Amino acid sequence: MSKKLIALSVLVIFVMALGLAGCGQSSKPAEQPKAAVLKVGSDTAFAPFEFQDEKSKEYVGFDMDLIKAIGKQLGMEVQVQSMNFDGLIPALEAGNIDATISAMTITEERAKKVNFTKPYYKSGLSMVVKADNNTLQSFKDLEGKSIAVQIGTTGSEEAKKIKDAKIREFNTAPEAFMELKAGGVDAVVNDLPVNEYYIAQAGGKDAKIVGEPLTSEDYGIATSKKSTELVDKLNTALDELKKNGEYEKIYVKWFGKKPPQ
Amino acid sequence: MNFDFDLIIRSFPLLLMGAGVTVQISALSVGFGLLIGMFVGMARLSTLWPVKTLAALYVDFIRGTPLLVQIFLIYFALPLVVGQRIDPFIAAITACSVNSGAYVAEIFRAGIQSIDKGQMEAGRSLGMTWAQTMRYIILPQAFKRIIPPLGNEFIAMLKDSSLVSVIGFEELTRRGQLIIARTYGSFEIWLTVAFIYLVMTFTISRLVDYLERRYKTDDKH
Repeated sequence: MSKKLIALSVLVIFVMALGLAGCGQSSKPAEQPKAAVLKVGSDTAFAPFEFQDEKSKEYVGFDMDLIKAIGKQLGMEVQVQSMNFDGLIPALEAGNIDATISAMTITEERAKKVNFTKPYYKSGLSMVVKADNNTLQSFKDLEGKSIAVQIGTTGSEEAKKIKDAKIREFNTAPEAFMELKAGGVDAVVNDLPVNEYYIAQAGGKDAKIVGEPLTSEDYGIATSKKSTELVDKLNTALDELKKNGEYEKIYVKWFGKKPPQ
Repeated sequence: MNFDFDLIIRSFPLLLMGAGVTVQISALSVGFGLLIGMFVGMARLSTLWPVKTLAALYVDFIRGTPLLVQIFLIYFALPLVVGQRIDPFIAAITACSVNSGAYVAEIFRAGIQSIDKGQMEAGRSLGMTWAQTMRYIILPQAFKRIIPPLGNEFIAMLKDSSLVSVIGFEELTRRGQLIIARTYGSFEIWLTVAFIYLVMTFTISRLVDYLERRYKTDDKH
């Protein structure tokens, strides 16, 4: 009896394996040429660059409009994949996505892992403190203080350089702001436009931006190191959008001012 | 794909520190969970309906919602109600203990119910109270039977404790995330993290097997 059972189960496994192998081969390439898909990863909790619209449930923001415009230029269908910021570069390397647009600062460290397009936005790091806090005026005052940052960001790297500072890392920017609101940290260090948006939208009563921006940073779209072809295409599209005024339109829509020349 | 073995060597001490925190959270949570679970498990068998209903509500709520949501509730939502910030360590332990307690309660309930009704009747006819019978006759026998599922609960907690990484609490998974955020060595680090978890869970399951065998020999008198 048991021998029969074993024989039977071996057979079943064998057949299943065959079936699976068959599946692998049966997926023929589609006949009619569809628009090529551009899979773009983004940390979609980073207003005003990328966030989920309350009503339409679509991902919206400066980055989202820009990448859609770029997709239109290239005749590609853009599919946005939401993921945590620190997962973006690993996903690029693993080939799960073709590109990332996620307010990502171009840094030497990152450029070793991915290809960046030309800069598409000028930014910098700034600090947010509680509205009633008057002792913290600039980055110098953060020595020995506790700071909430977002994992894998330039803000997190810069904050770690501050002497004796206690750093708490969160997955998303809103969580870092929540920690500040709850009184768990003295300050949040993150990108200036994101801090500005938070103050404008939600945190005006609780928090304020202080001091001068710490750094000057450029955001770029990142693609896999495996090929330079896509970066070239994206750069061409970016140049075209800057020429035909489309870029400026998107910029004004989200930031209420013209891009710096 | 170039495999950076050196990264593993360099990150190992940090990851081990994280593993220590993981064991700490799991042990504390299952410890508190045992206490909560024992009383809630008995409450579920109570004849007083308010006690019974409350216990059932607690177990249903915890088992019916994801641990991740429970962690967010305790860490990000509760302070707004209490008006007092909660330390991440306290939040992590609370969330995991309350979660573990509900599962342990069900294990205890099943364990108590598996003991022959005659045992309770025998105890009562000897003039012992319900509580005495529970304490001296039923629970010791039940406890022996529930060692394996308790061991499973400890292993489950050890793995689920990785979820407290979302509140920035630096246990093993979070340490891995932080190292990857700096070095982008996702393959090497996740592989090492998985290996460390495996070593921990394997050790616990061996320990549970040993305990089970030891108690089994007691029965041979």
